[in-house]
Amino acid sequence: MNEDDVDRIDRNRRHFLTVATAVTGAVGVGFVAVPFLSSLKPSARAQALGAPVEVPIGSMQPGEMVRVLWRGRLVFVLRRSEAMMARLPESLADLRDPNSEVAEQQPDYAANETRSVNPEFLVVEGSCTHLGCAPLEDFEVRPAENWAGGFFCPCHGSKFDLAGRVYKGVPAPTNLRVPPHRFVRDDLILIGQDTGAA
Amino acid sequence: MDKSKMFSRLVAVVALLAATEGFASGGGAQLDAADIDPGNISSLQRGARNFINYCSGCHSAQYVRFNTIGKYLELSEEQLVDNLMFNADKTFETIKASMPAADAARWYGTAPPDLSLMARAKGADYVYNFLRGFYLDPASPTGVDNLVLAGTSMPNVLWELQGYQSAVFTEHTVDGVTSREFEGFEHVTAGTLDAEDFDEFVRDTVNFLAYIAEPIRSDRRKLGVWVLMYLIVFGIIALMLKKQIWKDVK
Amino acid sequence: MARIEAEVGKPQGGLMKWIDDRFPFTETMKYHATEYYASKNFNFWYVFGVLAFVVLAIQLITGIFLTMNYKPAAAEAFASVEYIMRDVEWGWLIRYMHSTGASFFFIVVYLHMFRAMLYGSYKKPRELIWIIGMMIFFVLMAEGFAGYLLPWGQMSYWGAQVIISLFGAIPGIGEALVEIIRGDYSISDITLNRFFALHVIVLPLALIGLVFVHIVALHEVGSNNPDGIEIKENKGPDGVPLDGIAFHPYHTSKDLVAIIVFLMIFSAVVFFAPDMGGYFLEHANFEPANLTATPEHIAPVWYFTPFYAILRAVPDKLWGFILFVLAVLLPVFLPWLDRARVKSIRYRGWIYKSALTMFVVTFLSLGWLGTQPAEDIYVLAARIFSVLYFAFFLLMPYYTTIDKTKPVPDRVVYHG
Repeated sequence: MNEDDVDRIDRNRRHFLTVATAVTGAVGVGFVAVPFLSSLKPSARAQALGAPVEVPIGSMQPGEMVRVLWRGRLVFVLRRSEAMMARLPESLADLRDPNSEVAEQQPDYAANETRSVNPEFLVVEGSCTHLGCAPLEDFEVRPAENWAGGFFCPCHGSKFDLAGRVYKGVPAPTNLRVPPHRFVRDDLILIGQDTGAA
Repeated sequence: MDKSKMFSRLVAVVALLAATEGFASGGGAQLDAADIDPGNISSLQRGARNFINYCSGCHSAQYVRFNTIGKYLELSEEQLVDNLMFNADKTFETIKASMPAADAARWYGTAPPDLSLMARAKGADYVYNFLRGFYLDPASPTGVDNLVLAGTSMPNVLWELQGYQSAVFTEHTVDGVTSREFEGFEHVTAGTLDAEDFDEFVRDTVNFLAYIAEPIRSDRRKLGVWVLMYLIVFGIIALMLKKQIWKDVK
Repeated sequence: MARIEAEVGKPQGGLMKWIDDRFPFTETMKYHATEYYASKNFNFWYVFGVLAFVVLAIQLITGIFLTMNYKPAAAEAFASVEYIMRDVEWGWLIRYMHSTGASFFFIVVYLHMFRAMLYGSYKKPRELIWIIGMMIFFVLMAEGFAGYLLPWGQMSYWGAQVIISLFGAIPGIGEALVEIIRGDYSISDITLNRFFALHVIVLPLALIGLVFVHIVALHEVGSNNPDGIEIKENKGPDGVPLDGIAFHPYHTSKDLVAIIVFLMIFSAVVFFAPDMGGYFLEHANFEPANLTATPEHIAPVWYFTPFYAILRAVPDKLWGFILFVLAVLLPVFLPWLDRARVKSIRYRGWIYKSALTMFVVTFLSLGWLGTQPAEDIYVLAARIFSVLYFAFFLLMPYYTTIDKTKPVPDRVVYHG
């Protein structure tokens, strides 16, 4: 073996070892990054504070709405009156997603005509799908203004009907989100846990 | 230093660290070794039960969540609710004392301390000896004093199990100064447990206290082995690279 | 002209050239790494500078993540640390890394300083590097002290009480000064809040700035070596010191091995003994601060104990304070106290070798004594060692002058 060969072997070996060291080091950095990034996730306390909340609905009157907080997020629970429910199918043509086809906006069990488990009770997050402002309820019907009652976002003018479905021609892209929820009893809703869960 | 020597030294250091972890014993009375076994899940389960039944009436463990305990002690949610959660209704809650701290402070003169970290602050041996160290003392408002913590305002909550004992002291007078030396305990009344079972009962309880003082202890030890193995591999590769590069240096 | 030549001599990629036209990137890399020449005979003692840098990085990163969950308020601080230890995912690892890192910072820095004493690294022309280094050490002490209050445990509180009270010994302004440090009539929520500001903003900024200046100054004059020879005095025809090798890749590849070995020891503590038997995390600090009861036995964290032992050895509050401050400050003057003609211990006589050995024994003994209760025998021992501590520095101009030195070779000793 002459000197050139030795040189070449050394060069190859050095290249290999440099790559091996870099790769092993990068793997190590990757493993170290995991705990640091994981520490940014909601902690055990945040999870405890974000536990499902119970909403008693026994004494709610038709047409009445309550606001509750689940995980610090505003949730509307509306007991729709007969008249309100009757109006739901009226203006489907004006809605962007009348059949709740955007899957992330509601659990499967609420992907129906009334966007609810029990047609009488609408449970939606009070967070406009445009940029997160809290919509205001406006249940008064004003045919002159072409308003059938629903939710109106004061920030940028998005409009939603009584099932939280977004109207066409407003900035909000999707329907209001229906959070996971289930009826524990006829007079008690648990928000934060899916229907079907024990 | 060659690699094998370096490696064996590292192993020795780690073994030494792991062995001496915990208390470099801090003077004072001679303490019996608690001799707890942190890996013994059934001991920890019994300890948890003892803690809830005998301690949590007055003492909280405010940093400890039931679901954390449940997972580590291999208890189902049902077992947690039925056996441990007598004054809590959600598994994510922490262990609170049944007695309001203000009342406790009024009755005992001092609020019973939170026990989340007691075994870490005082050492497992200390707690083990404290719980076994109550003896009759008519002068004390609780009727007992404690060998480890003289003048404690805590009553002997375990007396039904242990029975009452008195302490035997001998007095020495050296240069006019009288000192008391502890000789041993004498049983006055028998408890429902014999001495051996009682020690076991306390050991389980202390084991649990040591566990809640640092719930991730066993996790970190397991992880530490992997981290060291990785560093050894990385170290060998880096050392080979260094030797290769240093071939240039004449 | 030089610029054009460089471009001709070394064809560069488009992006690199674009950057180099606007920022001296390649030039900086050359100056500080690929064309920074340091002696090839660096030994074990030469790894602690880079290790201090590694620990600084660990402390900064873990510290940032801790501040995301820590609450600097008396009512919440202790609980927030336990929250980090239990409720935050992986919070325990981040906290243990930070608490272990604090102790390792001092271990590494003490060894780094000892290296300078072994090989005369503080001597001309490196006096300023040494002075900046001492300033780093002072800021580090303040940083460690401020940080120790934050967990708001018993030791945090009473340790701070003792150290802050020290300043009350200064005649005239003492009491007023103590109130200004505390911002209250006792250590309180207000004190904790401002110590937090010091610990996470003021002192780390100062530390980073000083470390930067320390390295710039070092690269200006060049590193010392175990022979204490100026390698720049023997240059080859290409202008490269004959005994020098480029920092990168030679010293970097060597330092990487040192860093990994260091991380093994560091991890061994973090994962197997984060309390370190009560020296890194003191047992009493697992009890929340109790303003009505001092722990039975109180001692500062181990890295302050050598100086604390000197303080306690003096039976007078003011003089104790003065000697404490002097003990901390004296090493600053080493470049001028040391009159020897040679730098390295290799070429010094038996007098300096004995003095340095005695100093190591003294420093370690004081450190141990500082952790012990203030009982007669310990206080007596602390007094003896305090005298030896000061003697090492104050008699240095004398004994380094009379010490017989050996001739220093022209080239460094290196057995490939």
